[in-house]
Order: sequence, then structure tokens, then C-alpha cells
Amino acid sequence: MQWKWIKAMLAAVLSVVLTWVLNTKQGDVPPFGKFLSPFRGFWQNAAANDFPSAQTLALPGLQQPVQVRYDDRHIPHIFAQNDHDLYYAQGYLTAQDRLWQMDFVAHVAGGRLAEIVGPARLETDRFFRRMGMVYGAQKSLKAAMADPLTRTVLTAYADGINAYIGTLTPATLPFEYKLLDYAPEPWEPLKSALILKYMAFDLSGRSDDLRMSNALGKYGPAVIKDLFPDYPQREDPIVPTGTPLDFRPLPVPAAPPTFQAAMSDKVPQREPAADLGSNNFAVSGAKSASGYPLLANDPHLQLNLPSIWYQVQLAAPGVNVYGVGIPGVPFAIIGFNEHVAWGVTNVAADVMDWYQLKFRDATRREYWHDGRWKPVRRVVERILVRGQPDRLDTVLYTHHGPVVYDHDEKPFLPQTPIRHAMRWTAHDAANEFRTFYGLNRARNYADYTAALATYGAPAQNFIFADQQQNIAIWPNGRFPLKWKDQGKFILDGTDPAYDWQGWIPAAQNPHVKNPARGFVSSANQSSTGPDYPYYLNWNFASWERGHRINARLARMTRATPDSLRRLQNDNFGVNAQLMLPRMLALVSPARLTATQRQAYAELSRWNYFYEADALGPGIFELWYNTLVKRLWDDDFGPAAQAGEMRYPTRDRTNTLLLTEPRSRWIDDRRTPAPETLETLALQSLQFAADSLQRKFGPLGPEWRWAHQKSTDILHMAQLPGFGRMDLDVGGGAGIVNATTERNGPSWRMVVALGPRVRAFGVFPGGQSGNPGSAYYDDMIDTWSAGKLDELVFLRTPDEAHPRLQAKWTLQGTK
Amino acid sequence: MRLFLILLIAAAVAQLFLPWWVVAPLSFVAGAALGRTGGQAFLAGFAGIGMGWLGLAAWQQLHGAARLSHRVAQLLPLGGAGWALVVVTAVVGGLVGGVAALAGCWLRQALVPAPVEVSDTVAS
Repeated sequence: MQWKWIKAMLAAVLSVVLTWVLNTKQGDVPPFGKFLSPFRGFWQNAAANDFPSAQTLALPGLQQPVQVRYDDRHIPHIFAQNDHDLYYAQGYLTAQDRLWQMDFVAHVAGGRLAEIVGPARLETDRFFRRMGMVYGAQKSLKAAMADPLTRTVLTAYADGINAYIGTLTPATLPFEYKLLDYAPEPWEPLKSALILKYMAFDLSGRSDDLRMSNALGKYGPAVIKDLFPDYPQREDPIVPTGTPLDFRPLPVPAAPPTFQAAMSDKVPQREPAADLGSNNFAVSGAKSASGYPLLANDPHLQLNLPSIWYQVQLAAPGVNVYGVGIPGVPFAIIGFNEHVAWGVTNVAADVMDWYQLKFRDATRREYWHDGRWKPVRRVVERILVRGQPDRLDTVLYTHHGPVVYDHDEKPFLPQTPIRHAMRWTAHDAANEFRTFYGLNRARNYADYTAALATYGAPAQNFIFADQQQNIAIWPNGRFPLKWKDQGKFILDGTDPAYDWQGWIPAAQNPHVKNPARGFVSSANQSSTGPDYPYYLNWNFASWERGHRINARLARMTRATPDSLRRLQNDNFGVNAQLMLPRMLALVSPARLTATQRQAYAELSRWNYFYEADALGPGIFELWYNTLVKRLWDDDFGPAAQAGEMRYPTRDRTNTLLLTEPRSRWIDDRRTPAPETLETLALQSLQFAADSLQRKFGPLGPEWRWAHQKSTDILHMAQLPGFGRMDLDVGGGAGIVNATTERNGPSWRMVVALGPRVRAFGVFPGGQSGNPGSAYYDDMIDTWSAGKLDELVFLRTPDEAHPRLQAKWTLQGTK
Repeated sequence: MRLFLILLIAAAVAQLFLPWWVVAPLSFVAGAALGRTGGQAFLAGFAGIGMGWLGLAAWQQLHGAARLSHRVAQLLPLGGAGWALVVVTAVVGGLVGGVAALAGCWLRQALVPAPVEVSDTVAS
């Protein structure tokens, strides 16, 4: 073999290998040749900025021409001549801005992430499959497709998305497809249902049942009753205590004897964040300057880009609504029309329970229930993994629901292996789409309540105001008819007395209309006072936000939209106001170092407002949280050796700190010396001040709250450079302006009802999902400043408006 | 120079319709047909493909892509320098073109030992 042949072959092989490598995704590294090619790679995605101000698009399947106006925030205002075309256009135009996002979330919810990104996300996929996300979505879809109205909407919406997918070329594929090197697949209505299930998971996918059962097993019923009471001491419920019932309650199933579950080392993994919450409030015409009701809503979710929400105006015969929708789901989810406005916050009702099962033997083909062995349904999940063979995972289903925990657990007794089956409202068929169809078209209170009646999960506090001077709120969804405390602990899966035995009738869900106080509100706190005849949960979000909102609304007179906007941005810390004086009194400043004493002095001056520039919030938060940890960690943390437990609530903790200085829980059982509250308070303040000094130097502007909190808005795939970091914003957990490190108001809206409705809104992102677009994050600065944009609400498609920028016509292909 | 110009134009046209990797077989064939020496073929291939990529990426960078390239240049990471990404883009394209043209030229030289003027027939 001659050298010239060898070098020719080497060069040829090198050429082929180089080209192959640059065309293939290597682990997380994109295929660089394909990705960087200016002909088809990411450079082409900037071309999307050439946005035509007038054009006519021919789309297959449209029945009549659709007119679309875009305003200066890139918000489409869609005017169609029938429902089909309306939702077809919504699907098409949403996909044009957000295709990758909606497709990605549907993949996450469906347990298909490994298919895109490879084996690293296999466990995430297994988790969502085992949670029965697809099972629940299929049941909801079946209910939606049985209703001709929602079937039309869902299929038209899917057709619109698919029409957009059909226009894509390798050069125009959205950016993330190029980076992750895959291509969109056709949309189907199941994906819309999956995205709603993902919201149900995000908002009702947490459960403390196993943690509570461990605590019950460790300490017994008396301690549990004391530390985990069924109603907080400080509360300001959504439906005020004493609101008269307008129905005759059903009898509630009798409570069986308390079931003490076996200790469990299993607790839910990958749970959604605990501090997701939201605010909404409405004031009556009697309290407003205009004489008409005002309504506000700000749902708190993880702050992501592309934005969770997409603004749209949807008009067709019988409907003209403006609001935000979730990409991948038709309709406006939160919004207003000329007659009504509505919004949602999450209801923390207990709609997810766990049943301890007794299997006949290790094959787990039968389980004991109601005095006999019943067959287990086995569902084999096939999980596609990029670059690897498919994985099969068998999920066991009982009549309760799926057995989420199956593996990595030592059998309690080999003969009767114990596992837990999950019962969750997201697995019950309900047509949530119909609710939003109805709300979008509602003209009065009766339309609103009719729309709520079909709603299932995730349960929401639906707030409402209309032009006819009504305000109302319904904590609404399908609530199981429970005996008191049913599902506070793990339930006995063998005894039918522990099963869910029916539902609270939809008309008997908690509600209040036009209360004497002239306002309605919710901030995830208890839905009702203890006088409501049904059990919903023992624990809701702590009362602080709700209380602050109610206190300010009670004082409000001649309110304007700006009054409500300012309330949305309220940074007052109710918990600090309650606890800081007590904590300062527990510490003797003489025992502090110089820095610690400065921190103490700073806190003594602080006015409890969590402003971005304030130094107090950072010190207080670290001090308080450290104190709580030192109080409970020895008894409810790993040191207690009783499996994972949860701490008592903030409300119960505060009662102890304020009024029970001799409590047995104060002593740290891990140390020989007896601790007192004074010791714990001193040590935690010292820890807090020293940590902040180490991190930020001597007390000064570096200690400012925004700096310490460092609110980040990240790209959904957490791509560096694709988010907005370290926003200069105040607020925090338990604050009305609930902007934490990663969560916060994902949409702020204020609507002024009246003869001619006006509305204001903003979300922390932008309309476009394209990171190369100017509309990707153009609203963030407005949001950070606590301001709102006036929303452009058109009555006719040809209306002249200074903020309109583009006029498109969509029409069917011949 | 002729190899470079032919590649520059042919590759640009081909990439409008075909995947990016078409530059490899294209450079290979052109390098085999027109490459006189390995070094000259590599340089012509590198420049022919690289200049095309440089030119188009630079045009995009000047016409709206700066926002996106700034983000991608943080991801890669290039410190957010979009113009550095333009250069990296050109080098990646150039390398594929250069190596393929080199391989084509050397293979032709192995097959046809004497230097001959095959270029006219291929080029016409």
C-alpha cells in the first residue's frame, strides 16, 4: 500500500467522520454543523423577525375568512365567523409563536421526555407514567369528545396547529428543535388534555399523607391533634365564616376507626413546589369610583420562558373574549368579555389520597378489598429512549388508581407485600374544556355558575364580576365527599369504608355572591370557615396573603384599576409583623457580636415591607426559617428516624413560638443541654447574621432583599443565556406580591367592568416563544416595575386603534 | 481560485435546497476534479464553504440575528459574543469543505498518478 493511498483514505475517512459528527447530536451537545449552518441552522430563526404587516394566508380546512389584527405586544386579535374557524385560527397562531413549548409540555406530561433528550430523563418519564397522567388525560379527552361543542373546538384547534406544522421547513423549524435535534410530530387533542393534566399535577400533585402517617406512627393521635390541627388559629377564609348555606347538605359517610398505616420510607418524589399560589380579588360597584365592579387576578407559577401564558382575543358570533390561554389548550383560561370577567387561584383541597394495599402474594396479581381478592390490572408502559432500546415498565392499577410506588421498596411482609395506590381527581373524567367554553361566552352570573358545574381538576377559586353589579367566588372542582380528616393520613385500601364514596354536589361547592363586605378574594387559604358542612382539607396555604388582601380591600373606597394594581404589588410581610417583635424580645443584644448587633438594630427599624432595597427581609427570612428548622428538625427531621415527616404548619409553629415557651418540642433532643426558646432564637439570629456576612460582607447595600432573593426567569430547558437573571424585584413567599426566587405572578390582570369594559395586564415574558424575537421577553421590564399594559380589546375587526400593527387574513384553500 | 469560486457558488446554491452536509460530497468531487495539490484543495475548500457560511451568517447577524446569536454565544459558551459565533460558524463550515476537498484531491492523485487536466471536462 502506497503512502498516497493511505493519506487519501485517511482524509476520506476523516471527512466522513467529521461530517457525521457535526450532523449528529452527541449527548447534550447539538449537531454543530446542522445547528450552525446559516442556510438552515439557528441563524435562520432570526428571520422570524420579518413580520408582515399585511398578508393573506391560505390554510387547508378553514371554512370562511378569518381576520387577525396584531397589536404592539404581538397579541393576536382573531375575528372568525364560526367556532371551528375561531379555534382553528387560535391553534395556528399560537403554534406560530409557541409550537415547541406546547409540544414539549405535552411530552413531559405524557412521560415522553427521554424520547427527545435521552436516558437522563427516563426516571421523570417513569414518574409521570406511573402517576397515570396519560390515563387521566385519556378519560378527560373521552368526556370532551363526547360533547359536540368541545369536540369541534379540540379538533379544529389541532387542525390549526397541524396546518402550521405543515408550513415548516428545515430552515423555519423553531429554535429548540434545532438545538435538541428533533422534529415536531402532528398535534392531537390528547395533547391538549395532557397539558391540562400537567396543570393539575403542578397545582394538586402534592400530598403529605405519607409524611403525616409517619408522624402519626411516631407520636400518636394526641400529639398529631395538637401539632397538626384541622383548622388554623389565624385564618381569613375565602367564603367568610357565617355565610348562610343556600342548600341542604348531603349526609357525609361515617368515619371508620382510625387506620394506622405501616411506616413508609416512600414519599412522593418530584413533587411540585410547595409555594405555588395565587391571588384574585374583586370589589363591588359600591367600593369603586366608577360604580361598577373591578376584578384582579395574578396566578403564581414557576417563572419560565417561553411564558406560561399567551394573550389572545377570540371573537366569533356569540363570543368576544380577551384573556390568557395556555399554549396547547384552546380558549382564554383567565379573562374578560364585554359583560363579565373571571380569574382563578388554586384550591388546596385534598384531592389526592394514598391507599395501603394488601396483595395476595409476591406476583401482585390480586389485592384484598371488600372481603375478597380482586384482580390487578397491569398496564405496560413503553417508554422510548433516544439512542437506546425502548424500556417497558409495568404499572399496576387497582380500582383506587395506579400503584405509583412499586420498585425500590422492601416488602413489609413477603407474603402480603404492601404498596400504595393513588386516588386522584385528575384521573376522573370531567370536561374542563366545556367550562372555559362557557366562561368565554358568559354574560351573567347564571352563565358563570353553569360553566363551573362541569369543571373537575385542578380545583380553582373561580372569581367573577359582571356588568350587572355582581361579584362572586366559587372554590370549584370535583371534591370527594369525605368524612372528616379522610386522607389526612394513608388510607386502608382493603376496606371499602375508606374509599371515596361520592362527590360534593357541584351546586354545594363553597361559594359566596355579593357579600355585605363588598368584596370577594382568594389567596389559596382555607376555602371556608369551619361551618361549611363538608371536609375539604385540614391544611391550606397560610393565611398571610389572604389576610393582607382582605384588610386592604376592607379599607378601600372609590377604588380604581390602579388601586387593585397597587394591591397586587403589595410587599407587606404579615408573618414578619406577627413574629419579629416576639423574636427580637427573645434575644438579648448584649450577647451579640458587632455585625449581629447591627443586624438586630436593622430589624428593629424595619417596617415589614419586602421592598427590593430593604435590608430587613433578608435577615428576617433567614432568621425565622433557621429558628423553625431548629425547633422542629430534631423531632420531625431525619434525626427522629421515623421516615420522612412534615413539620407542623407555620400557623401552629407561630402559636408555639408566641405562647408556649415551656413546650416539650423546644429542647433539641440531640444535645445534652436543655434548650430554651431564648437559646434557639439567639443561635438562629447569630447563624443568620454570620451567614449573610460571609456571603455579602459587612451589613450594607449588598444585603438588600432583591440581591439575596435573586429572582430568575429561566428558559424551560434551563438554557444559559435564554432567561433573565437577578431581577430587581421585591415581594416573596407569603407576600401578596408573591415573587420568590423562581416563582411569582405569571400574569397580572385588572379588569374594570362597566358600559365599556377596560382591562390591564402583563406577564413576565413575551408573546413569542422564539428566543430570537424582540417579543420573547419584552414585557419583563413592565412586569418588574409592577406596571400593567392597557389591553387592546376590539369590538370589530376593522376598528382603528393606534396600537394595532398588522392585519392578516386567513382563508381556506380552494 | 477557480476551485474556490466554483465551490462558493455551487455550495450556496446546493444548500438552498439540500441539507448542510451536501457541502462535503460537493467539496470532495470538486477537490477531485480541480484540486492541484492537497494544500491548495484544502484552502480552496475551506474558503469556498467557509466564506459562504461567513457571508450569510454575517448578513444574518446584521439583519436581526444578533439577539439570538448573543444568547447562543452564552450557551456554547463564547461569552455572548455574537460575532465570535459568526467566525466559529465559518470555521465549522470551512473545515468540512476543506477536509472533503483535500480527500477528493488526494484520492484523485492516488488514482491518476500523473497531473492531468481533467478540470475542463468536469467544469464545463
